[in-house]
This record gives sequence, structure tokens and C-alpha cells, in this order.
Amino acid sequence: MNPIKTFKKGGVHPEENKLSADKPIQDFPMPKQIIVPLGQCLGAPAECIVNKGDRVLTGQLIGTAKGFVSANVHSPATGTVAKVDVVMDHTGYYKPAVFIDREEQDEWADGILVTDELLTDIKLDSKQIIDKVKECGIVGMGGATFPTHIKMMVPEGKKAEYVIINAAECEPYLTCDYRLLLEKTQEFLMGVKIVMKGVGTEKGIIGIETNKMKAIELLDKTINEHKDLYAGIEVQPLKTKYPQGGEKQIIKAITGREVPSGKLPIETGCVVVNVASTYAIYEAVQKNKPLIERIVTVTGKSVKNPGNFRVRFGTPADLLIEAAGGLPEDITDVINGGPMMGKSVSVTNFPCMKGTSGILLMTLKEAQDRRQTNCIRCGRCAIACPMGLQPFLLHKVAKQNDFDETEKNHIMDCIECGSCEFTCPANIPLLDYIRYGKAKTGAIIRARNQK
Amino acid sequence: MNKYTISGSPHVHSTENTRKIMYRVLLALVPALLVAIYYFGWYALRLTLITMATCMLTEWLIQKFLIKGPLTINDGSAALTGLLLAFNVPANLPIWMAIVGSIVAIGIGKMAFGGLGKNPFNPALVGRVFMLVSFPTAMTTWPQAAPIFDKGFFADAVTGPTPLGILKEAGVGSLAEAGNLQFLDMVLGNRGGAFGEVCAIALLLGAIYLICRKVIEIVTPLSILLTVFVFTGICYLIDPTQYIAPWYHLVYGGLILGAFFMATDMVTSPMTIRGKLLFGFGIGVITVVIRLWGAYPEGVSFAILIMNAFTPLINKAFKPKVFGVVKPSKN
Repeated sequence: MNPIKTFKKGGVHPEENKLSADKPIQDFPMPKQIIVPLGQCLGAPAECIVNKGDRVLTGQLIGTAKGFVSANVHSPATGTVAKVDVVMDHTGYYKPAVFIDREEQDEWADGILVTDELLTDIKLDSKQIIDKVKECGIVGMGGATFPTHIKMMVPEGKKAEYVIINAAECEPYLTCDYRLLLEKTQEFLMGVKIVMKGVGTEKGIIGIETNKMKAIELLDKTINEHKDLYAGIEVQPLKTKYPQGGEKQIIKAITGREVPSGKLPIETGCVVVNVASTYAIYEAVQKNKPLIERIVTVTGKSVKNPGNFRVRFGTPADLLIEAAGGLPEDITDVINGGPMMGKSVSVTNFPCMKGTSGILLMTLKEAQDRRQTNCIRCGRCAIACPMGLQPFLLHKVAKQNDFDETEKNHIMDCIECGSCEFTCPANIPLLDYIRYGKAKTGAIIRARNQK
Repeated sequence: MNKYTISGSPHVHSTENTRKIMYRVLLALVPALLVAIYYFGWYALRLTLITMATCMLTEWLIQKFLIKGPLTINDGSAALTGLLLAFNVPANLPIWMAIVGSIVAIGIGKMAFGGLGKNPFNPALVGRVFMLVSFPTAMTTWPQAAPIFDKGFFADAVTGPTPLGILKEAGVGSLAEAGNLQFLDMVLGNRGGAFGEVCAIALLLGAIYLICRKVIEIVTPLSILLTVFVFTGICYLIDPTQYIAPWYHLVYGGLILGAFFMATDMVTSPMTIRGKLLFGFGIGVITVVIRLWGAYPEGVSFAILIMNAFTPLINKAFKPKVFGVVKPSKN
């Protein structure tokens, strides 16, 4: 095992609560009707190319990417399009979606290889790999849902030195990536190889927090057993510290390089890809299978059977909650994602999508915002900030709508990890105001650049 | 329909809060209080109770009738101000003076600026300095430490000068005569002085607890103590007949109390490590200058208050390094 690395600046250590770590992935049966949102990634929603009454096959393209930052959407099931309408997704807004009445049996679209066999021969070249990733609609599945093919396109004049696989899973509670690493180890490692070939580098580093020792050992063992196949792939244990899986933090921890303020990770020669996305890339490139399913962790302290489910997109979240033992009485917050960066939802029947890494049910005791008191200028937020910002100051100037000051104090560098608010002894909603200031400041900067 | 709470992330919080921080500091001062009661008896206990009660009552009255805002009486911060104020005065101070000092500490030192977190100066020190300039005689008439088992709990204390007072008035030579060069006695607290500052051991015990619980950082106290040690050390090396050895300077007066419990006050001290180093250095230098060449025998309170005034400037000058920014922008 390599020596443990970490990022130095800031960070906090919330309770890990990986309740579902030992629960194997279960295939989750789809309901009669699934609702597939067309906007499943950061950026523009896809444009619908099917009509009411059309029969669609599993894996068939139903929405095409519109614009540069956008991703294709495929049908997760075989069936008939009941309607193209809107549905309230996890954001609480109504978004366009395709409603599909399912048939019992999956009929796969042409060209998709349905097999559980490990395919080790990468036939595609670099450009074809990226095209395939784009075609299959793969996005960052850690939650940010940024289209992966854009990340993999190394701009001219830049060189990708490392592929970093973000297996930190530093969010408390979530275990979907961990289970995938344990159960689909070889497929995952092939995925790493494909990404390496895609971006044109010989070095791939898998960064994992040390609270996942089983995965670290298993990966090390598998790589050692197949030395030729997985040459160039390394496992890098990382200290269990939040936000170890922040893109900038994991690059800093592994390579010691800092992504310059306002620039992309490729400046440091790194391409960072999430575990679930890596696995999806394997399926896309080797089996031509588009992204239509993912692992979702359903968890919470009072949940009867926390678990990890393989879920086709469009499956409503409340069915998953049922499968995990039903909604406990004392739940006041339902979170799409993890407790540090996830979004709270107002209803439980939102459809699962590409970015749904977890459904977290929180009790009042755990999630209640405590009474806010005066800032005592302890500076703990500044110590906890992994970006070296001063959250107390940003909070103050954002509250005063002073967007010159927010910009001067690097508000746009905030990664919204929430470490500041987590650590604040006065329970000040620092991140709420910083997010507001960031949105306003960003709009001002964009308007200025357009002139 | 809207059954669930909608809130921005993060959805979990650490269990830390202001109240816990304040109560930990109070707890850390208990050993020193016990030693004070041991040496100064009923007077120390009485004064502590009075200042704490007055401080809390003042805060409550102002919040209730002047500000009409939320009552934060149980957050422990007013109690802490009261305790620190008591620690900084002679045990036999007349009660009414202690009450006036407490009202000034909370009313002017803290609430006039808007309450907890808004005050630029350490409230306890504001109260103390107010009393020092208003009641100079009473505030410099120091009872001598005398174990209660020898003299009884309620016995009147014999007054006498503090080591620093002797040093100022009579010079190094007289210290030995008064028995103030017994380093062990000095550390244990068997000497004259403000009753909270005498026992270095008890104070350090509390300080270690605070550092372990991450309530205070060691940077500021270390910077202060090191500055004082080096500065007085240089003077001692130059002329040992005129200046006393640096280790006495560390335990004399209120340096330990000030360095660990008052200079570390979060509200009035800088936030970054470099800022804290400079802050501590400033306190150290000013303390030594006042002790060696100033009008008062002791200068820790003044030094901390003066550096409190510089805190906003220091905070502005020493910002944390922003991730991914090579040269900090000049604004």
C-alpha cells in the first residue's frame, strides 16, 4: 500500500455513518411507468426526439444533447411513450420528461452487447473513445453531473499526465462507489484503462479514503494479479477527511499541484473521473451500453434496511425508500445526495437520475438547524475552508450585497463544500449567503465579460 | 404536500457551539479559582460571585430593556467576563468597586458595541483598567497569599506589595529579602497579587485542557511568552543587577493568565496564525516595556488592550492564502 496522502489546507471530519457499506448491490425492479427527465446533467437539457405513442427499446436514444455542455438521454426501459410532459425533479422545479409505459421484458436497442463477461480488449482509439462517451451520455456521477466527454477532451497545447479516479467518496453515508469497487473491480479497472487511453496517458491513480480499506486491498490485489493488463494503474490511499473528494483537493493530495484559481483541472495535467462514471465508460466503450442505470445508496440513521440498489433512471425515489424499509416516522429532511453537498427535496417521488448518488433520510435531531447566535470571530470557518477563503467575511459582504468585495475576496473560488458552515459554533448559515453572493457575483462577471 | 424541510447544504453540523466554548473556558479556570480560595479565602470567593452575578445581570438588563433583543444570558460569556474580571483584582477590593467595574466591563466593554462578538476590546480588561485608573489605591493594595488552613476561611488578609511592585519600587535587590525569589512559591501562587493570577500551575493546567479541546490555539500565548522571555532575557544578560532573570518575568504578575485566557479571546484577537504571532509579539513587547520602564509595575492588561485595537488591521494584513492563487491580489 502506498503511504497515505491528503490535502493540507482546511477540511473537517463529519461522522462517517457508512451504514450501508456491507450491503451488496441489489437490482431494483422497475415500476409500470417510468419518468425519464431530459435534463439529467449540468448544462442544457436534452432535446426530445420521441413522440407520444412511439415504442422505445432499452438503451435507445430519446433525447439528444443540445449545446456544448449537455448530454444525451437514453431510454432505460422497453415500452411505449405515454406522454412527453413535465415532472417535478429533485430541484423542486417542473422539468421536461418522457413518460414511458413499460413492457415486462427488456428488448435492447441495436448494437448493445448484453453480457456479464469481462471484455479486456479495447478496440477503439482515443478519439473514438471520447465520441462513444459522448454518445452514451456519460456525466460525472458524483453529483455534479458535468458531461464526462468534455473533461476528457484535452485542449490543444495541454497534456494529460494523470488520470485520477475519484474514489474518495468523502460524503458521509454514501457507499455506492464503494460497493461498485468491491463488486465490479475488474470492470472498473478496465474503465480506468479506457479513460487513460482516451485522454492519452500511461498513468492512472485511484484515490481512495482509508475508511474503505477493503476496497484498497482488493484493488491492490487485483492489479498485482493482472500486472500486464492493469499496468500504469496505482491505488493511492487518502486520509479520511472531508472534502477529500473535491476535485481540486484530490489533485492537490495526489500530485501536490494546485489548480490555478479560475482555471480547469487540466492546467495541472490531471483528468479526474468519478468511480461510477468510470464503470459507465467501461460499459459504453466495451459493450456500447449507454448510461441508463446507476447505483443509489438509500440510507439514514432510522432507516430499517439501508442498502445499495442498481436503479434504472426514471424510477421514483419513494419506491426505493419502500425497499429500504419504508419512510420512518421521525424523518424531517430528505436529501438527494450526501449530507454535506446533497440537496433537500420537498417530495419523495422525484425520479432517480444520473446524479442521484444517494437518498438520505434524516431525522429532526440530526438535521435541525440550531439557533443562530452572534459570530464570535473564532475563525474556525477560515481554518476549515479547503480553498483558503474567509467564509465569515464572504458571508458578511454577501449579506450587504457588496459584490465588489465578494469578488475581491475570491468568492468564485468557493467549492460549496460546506466545511465552514459545518464547523461554525454560532450556527451561522454561512454557505447559504456565500452561494447567494457567488450567484450574484458570477452574473456580474459574466455580464462584464460580454461587453 | 410540502412535508420536508428544504434547506441549503450542509445538512449536518458539528456539535460545537458558542456555549460549549465558553463553558469550557470557565471550567478551565476552576483550578485557579480553587487555589485562589485556598490562598485568599472567603474574599476571593465573594468577589468572584459578585462580579459574575453583576456581569450577567447587567447583560440581562441591557438585553431585556435597552436592546430588547434575544437573551443570551446562559451562553456563558458574561459569566466568563465576570470570572476573568475577578481574577484580575485584589481579593480585598471593596464590593461596590467590583460592581462598578463589572457594569463597565459588560455595559461599556461589550454591550455598547452590540454584544457578544462585536466588541473590539476584551470586556474584562476594559473593566479592570477602568477600575485601575479610577480607584488606583484600592486596585494596587494587594493582599498576600496565606493558606486558609493557617488563618481560617474568613480571616482578613495582610496586604503587601507584589513582586513586580517591589521590583518597580525598590529594585532587584529587595526581591530576595521579601522572599520573592523562591521560584517554587511563585509558581504555586504563594505570593501577593490579583487572586486569579498567582498560581501558574493551576492556570497552565486549565490552558492545557483548552488546547487539547481545541478551544484556544497555542500560537498566541507561545508568542507572548517567548517574546517576554527573550526581551527580558536580553536585559538580564546586559545587566543582571538591574534586571531580573527572564523566568521570573514569566510567572510574575498576570502574564500567564493574560497570555492563555485573555489574549486568546476569539472576539478580540486575530484569526490567522501569522496574525496571532504578530499579535503575541506586540503584547510581549508592550508588557516588558511597561514593566521595565513604565509608570505601572504590571503591563499585561494594557498590552492586550492596545493590541486588541490593532486586531482589525492585523486581520486585514494577514489573510489566509487562497488555494490556487500564486500572488495574493493587492486589495
